Amino acid sequence: MVKFLGKSVYKGIAIGPVHVLKKEEQKVKRNKTEDPEKEIEKVGQAVLQAQQQLQKLYDKALKEVGETSAAIFEVHQMMLEDEDYLDAIHNMIRTELVGAEYAVAVTGDNFSQMFAGMDDDYMRARAADVKDISNRLIQCLSGQDGSDFAFEEPSIIVADDLSPSETVQMDKEKILAFVTVHGSANSHTSILARMMNIPALIGVPLDLSQIRSGMKAVVDGMQGEVVFEPDEGVCEEAANKLAKEKEKLHLLQELKGKENVTLGGKHVHVYANIGGVGDVGYVLENDAGGIGLFRSEFLYLGREDFPTEEEQLQAYRQVLQTMGEKKVIIRTLDIGADKQVDYFHLGKEENPALGYRAIRICLKQPDIFKTQLRALFRATVYGNLSIMYPMITSTEEVARIFEIVEEVKTELAKAQIPFKDPEQGIMIETPAAVMIGDELAQMVDFFSIGTNDLTQYTLAIDRQNEKLDDFYNPHHKAILKMIQMVVDSAHKYGKWAGICGELGGDLELTEEFVKMGVDELSVSPSLILPLRKRIRELS
Amino acid sequence: MQKFSYVIKDEVGIHARPAGLLVKEAKKYESTIQIVKDSKSAVATKLMAVMGLGVKCGDTVEVEVEGPDEAAAFEGIKAFFESNL
Repeated sequence: MVKFLGKSVYKGIAIGPVHVLKKEEQKVKRNKTEDPEKEIEKVGQAVLQAQQQLQKLYDKALKEVGETSAAIFEVHQMMLEDEDYLDAIHNMIRTELVGAEYAVAVTGDNFSQMFAGMDDDYMRARAADVKDISNRLIQCLSGQDGSDFAFEEPSIIVADDLSPSETVQMDKEKILAFVTVHGSANSHTSILARMMNIPALIGVPLDLSQIRSGMKAVVDGMQGEVVFEPDEGVCEEAANKLAKEKEKLHLLQELKGKENVTLGGKHVHVYANIGGVGDVGYVLENDAGGIGLFRSEFLYLGREDFPTEEEQLQAYRQVLQTMGEKKVIIRTLDIGADKQVDYFHLGKEENPALGYRAIRICLKQPDIFKTQLRALFRATVYGNLSIMYPMITSTEEVARIFEIVEEVKTELAKAQIPFKDPEQGIMIETPAAVMIGDELAQMVDFFSIGTNDLTQYTLAIDRQNEKLDDFYNPHHKAILKMIQMVVDSAHKYGKWAGICGELGGDLELTEEFVKMGVDELSVSPSLILPLRKRIRELS
Repeated sequence: MQKFSYVIKDEVGIHARPAGLLVKEAKKYESTIQIVKDSKSAVATKLMAVMGLGVKCGDTVEVEVEGPDEAAAFEGIKAFFESNL
């Protein structure tokens, strides 16, 4: 039994025989030619042939993995038409009087080295694309198919590296997993593996000569490990995990498209919490009814200066357009406390959870706030947007927010920039907001309860302090009473109330929340379907 | 010659697919379209050269258009940048 670790690009489990893909090293010998023009003509024909192959691959990928992922083959076609690339090949044939295959091989290496030397992960991964098209050309020139895709049984594919064309060419039904020595998470192979829901490990430090086709192996994408010739214990454990995975998948299929309704006919909206544009895929995959909490902080984190209005607009627009008619609740910036950003120059605080954060920053530094509001209001025309303000403690704060909102709307109207009036709500995460819920409910369109902060402020327990773990009781009666108060306040004035904190996904409390009249639960995407299942079991 | 500068808004910069579309757009015109980033430049009809600029989100590029159909090319390319990048 030998175990290797790698980077997991799709978390799944596979058990089965190994198929080692040994690519014939395309050793192209330097050969002289007497007739360079004839070699150049051969290149032209090979390009045409390669284009046709790529068109077929594009069509196959389009059917199997969708347009976005298939686009790589369109790009490959364009790369094959690239003037610089073709000129370099032609020049080499003419000046050095070498054969077409050799000229393509050298040019391919040169161009792929250019990409490999770039300082950007994404562009570095493009080196593989250049290699892929060059190898394809060489295959067309030499009239051979270098790869060996013929395997009967569904197998775990082990290879040095896989090109996108190889990934798509294989029969999906026969692939249990991918394990490669090289490759990056940004490579199209990784992307394709994710789209096809195939467990994949990359960067596994394997010696391929030690691995034989037909060996048994277990790939565990959750642990990021592959075990060759596993013992019974490992197999059994993997089989159990696989069974659980299958059950989850089954649940998914069964519950997709179903309503979140109790046996007694009570409807609850189940939305997703996300922290970036990239998470939207999971939202749709798990069939969420909308996005209940889109943390806008990601726009501000990991950079050196404030994001511009345009940058924000692009991000919001992308999410809104992807979600279509579905509701998307974007929370305005919640920086401060545990989320520090250098360029905000917030300074150190004794007690950041009770400090200068979230809406407090926005009201003190309205320029930052207005940029975000302008971007949000401009984004309203692209979908079903709601705006939510965090860390509210008083009606004065809400009144001040609306004054600033009015200023923004007036400015936009003056500049003839179109926008719609979005639903606007607040987070209820301070005991103060709970107590004045009746007044707040008359000012806003909805409440969303942030149970993490509400619990920390109510129980006076610092979430970061491990010593207090024994005292931290998220099911504390005080919290549940507060949730009831918030829901009642909202309903009294015809508004809706939801929960977007961790408690929302606590299946032990779902029944109680439904009884309380909670209208919406927003949870991480992976909890959507388990929560739907729970709701549908309730009487 | 006409030129404009543009700040890239696409999250991943001028990556493979938009670069491909840019090349397609640029090939519609007779004018020469140069993309300049810092000290490097690339002719917009050459895919690998454009990708080789390694333009990322937030980068500023200068786009220079010169040739017989300059005005149309300028408008076309500018509109392309604004709606795709």
